[in-house]
Amino acid sequence: MRVMAQMSMIMNLDKCIGCHTCSVTCKQAWTNRTGVEYVWFNNVETRPGVGYPRGYEDQEKWGGGWVRTKRGRLKLRSGGRLAKLSRIFSNPKLPGIHDYYEPWTYDYDMLINAPRTAHTPVARPKSLLTGEDMKISWSANWDDNLGGSLETMQDDPILTKMSEEVQAEFEKAFMFYLPRICEHCLNPSCVASCPSGAMYKREEDGIVLVDQDQCRGWRMCVSGCPYKKVYFNHRTGKAEKCTFCYPRIEVGLPTVCSETCVGRLRYLGLVLYDADRVSEAASVEDDKALLQAQRDIILDPHDPAVIEGARAGGIPEDWIEAAQRSPIWKLMQYEVALPLHPEYRTMPMVWYIPPLSPVVDVVTGSGNDGEDARTLFAAIDKLRIPIGYLAELFTAGDVAPVDASLRRLAAMRSYMRGVSIDDVRDERIANAVGMTGTEIEEMYRLLAIAKYEERYVIPSAHTEQAHALEEMACSLDFEGGPGMGGAGPFGSSSGPSVPVAVENFHILADRQTADRPSTPGRVNLLNWDGNGDADGLFPPTGMTEVRTPGKPGKRKEDG
Amino acid sequence: MTALQIILWVAVPYAAISVFIVGHIWRYRYDKFGWTTRSSQTYENRLLRWGSPMFHLGILMVIAGHAVGLLIPREWLYAVGVNEEIYHFGATTLGSFAAALTLAGLAILIYRRRTVGPVFLATTVMDKVMYVFLAAALGFGTAATVVYQVFGGGFHYRETISPWIRSILIFQPDVTLMEGVPLLFQLHVLSAWALFALWPFTRLVHVFSAPIGYLFRPYIVYRSRDANREPAPRAADGTRCSSPTRSDCAACRAQLRVTNRTGTVR
Ligand code: HEM
Ligand code: SF4
Ligand code: SF4
Repeated sequence: MRVMAQMSMIMNLDKCIGCHTCSVTCKQAWTNRTGVEYVWFNNVETRPGVGYPRGYEDQEKWGGGWVRTKRGRLKLRSGGRLAKLSRIFSNPKLPGIHDYYEPWTYDYDMLINAPRTAHTPVARPKSLLTGEDMKISWSANWDDNLGGSLETMQDDPILTKMSEEVQAEFEKAFMFYLPRICEHCLNPSCVASCPSGAMYKREEDGIVLVDQDQCRGWRMCVSGCPYKKVYFNHRTGKAEKCTFCYPRIEVGLPTVCSETCVGRLRYLGLVLYDADRVSEAASVEDDKALLQAQRDIILDPHDPAVIEGARAGGIPEDWIEAAQRSPIWKLMQYEVALPLHPEYRTMPMVWYIPPLSPVVDVVTGSGNDGEDARTLFAAIDKLRIPIGYLAELFTAGDVAPVDASLRRLAAMRSYMRGVSIDDVRDERIANAVGMTGTEIEEMYRLLAIAKYEERYVIPSAHTEQAHALEEMACSLDFEGGPGMGGAGPFGSSSGPSVPVAVENFHILADRQTADRPSTPGRVNLLNWDGNGDADGLFPPTGMTEVRTPGKPGKRKEDG
Repeated sequence: MTALQIILWVAVPYAAISVFIVGHIWRYRYDKFGWTTRSSQTYENRLLRWGSPMFHLGILMVIAGHAVGLLIPREWLYAVGVNEEIYHFGATTLGSFAAALTLAGLAILIYRRRTVGPVFLATTVMDKVMYVFLAAALGFGTAATVVYQVFGGGFHYRETISPWIRSILIFQPDVTLMEGVPLLFQLHVLSAWALFALWPFTRLVHVFSAPIGYLFRPYIVYRSRDANREPAPRAADGTRCSSPTRSDCAACRAQLRVTNRTGTVR
């Protein structure tokens, strides 16, 4: 047994209202830069729907994740090391930018500086790739709230697995939101696909990262990830991905998406797992056994042997204690949380509590009591559509664990209604789903009213500096930062005082062609267009000299 | 031995080699973040799917051929049974094939660079300069081969250019060897030196990162949080970011650029 700690997340899908706040705050914090305009480390997709990038779940097409060979070993679906290298000159599985969407901005300048005309000037959409006018025809959530879904639904890889009758019925039956970030997998196929070894899993907390200085732009990780959560920065030529907001996590703060989640549906915490058994668990034969296999390698943080192993593995005391208080561990214990697509065999560590609401809605809609345990249980069974769909998402098609999870959620509703309305604690409801009343009440507390400290149990990192430091430079809210509404360093990749929210087409066009040094006092000659001296190539002549920042370009100041 | 000869066949090679070596060290130390293929595949794949593998396969064959023809003395090859006929036949057929593949691939790549909107927009001046010299070196080389080796009587570069290259590499330059070398070969050699001098400042640096290590490492890489610790940049108010591993944070990499430009970081 080799005990390792993993920082994980669970999202309670019943509570997601699809407001995209998480996506927007994440974008403002991390991907509000040229080259990653099309990138959403956190995206929220409406299911049924095609997702982002379009149809990413179709691994026949994209070749992400692992497969089990006949001899019982794991192999990258798109080929092993030699196969990868032989296809390095052009990666046949790489999504093109149009599989995400073509990023655009508007020619806002027109609104202010247009000459007098008979008609009101319009800010035309301009492609950020070509600078030309473009017709916006897709984005990261184009089919939001089932918009246009009759046209695109045949592209939902999950729905195509189901019968036609189900397909036709789905719009009447259900809809829910699926927020997605990188899964920070225990067996990450992105890391395994990276030819230069720039991607790695952090020993301490399992966060999966790309070393920006070692990435050489071979772009194999992008196709290697079955969730398509590694993105290619088309300006810098490097891969980027969700970092689990590690600068925040290290000082004990939740990720930006969790912190800002309107539904307060995200839980953060540690789990301990047995690193020695990861590949064994990931290579069990039956896809449907993967969920149990993954549950089995997650260790009980109260077990003395596990604590002993954790200490031996150098996990500090306060981390062990945090793992014991972890909401993730608890929700996994209740068996209400399920991983997304375990059949990709990457052992994903962002889990979901499947939504019960479509069932409740249908029951209530049919004039029955949506919180009566018996009607609900029966309805869960009868509503094959959502449960089959959910099973394709969370359990490789096995309805039993989804059914069990939904039953527990249904039981919790009925039981708690008994408590709050009739003041009775009906143990039979709890027992029917294999729990006790006390357990149900604890679960209810965690799911319904848990406060900040209970939802986010994050021990800070043990670096010498960490204690002395406040979370400053990497949060949103330092002076002039994007969070302050000013021109923040995150907002752009060159030139200061570019208003973050104002994506003026001309500024962007300038920015794209401008030279910009990549490291302080240093110059990236790749981007030097040969005009004048490259910034940072020579030391400044005098200490008092004021550097003219960037190229002024064609930008028009008003005032 | 004229001054011009010394400049062309001694000064130029050594200057190019020095720039090549020092340039790579400088670039690696100061611009790791810029060290990438800068793949443009996300923009366009229809042409790249053909052009890039053709070009790369071709150029790798060309490089291998050059290594054999230039660096290995022909007496050594004789010793292992590769006589003049076999060599000439092999070099000319394989060489022509590789050259055709490379040039066709290059043509597709350049056509793509020019005509595909997003790719053209992402093309830097260094890219353009690089392509000029790359095309020149390849063009002159192919022309020389076609004129002298395929249709001509065959020029014995293994008695002239090859020993000259080796004389450069062992620091005993022998200029006289280059006397009488046909103009096309001379142009080929000179454009290649220019390309070498440019190399460290272009995307061609990616060649030195060819990921051979991938074949031998375990799939999953673990690294300690503290492994690539480097001092974090200071924010405008002088505080440091808490995270020691800045190179993992693309946003911070971008921030580094900006703080550098505005001069808030000293
Ligand atoms: C040794 C192994 C090499 C590997 C693994 C390699 C790999 C790559 C990759 C992945 C790209 C990006 C293609 C894309 O997606 O846009 C690329 C581009 C390029 N490589 Fe290589 N390369 C190698 C050697 C070379 C050599 C020896 C040369 C020439 C001397 C070369 C010249 C180029 C050029 C000119 C491009 C830019 C193509 C374009 O987009 O216009 N490469 N290489
Ligand atoms: S979900 Fe994250 S950790 Fe898992 S393979 Fe994709 S990028 Fe890697
Ligand atoms: S912020 Fe929360 S409620 Fe809103 S879309 Fe994101 S996960 Fe759902």
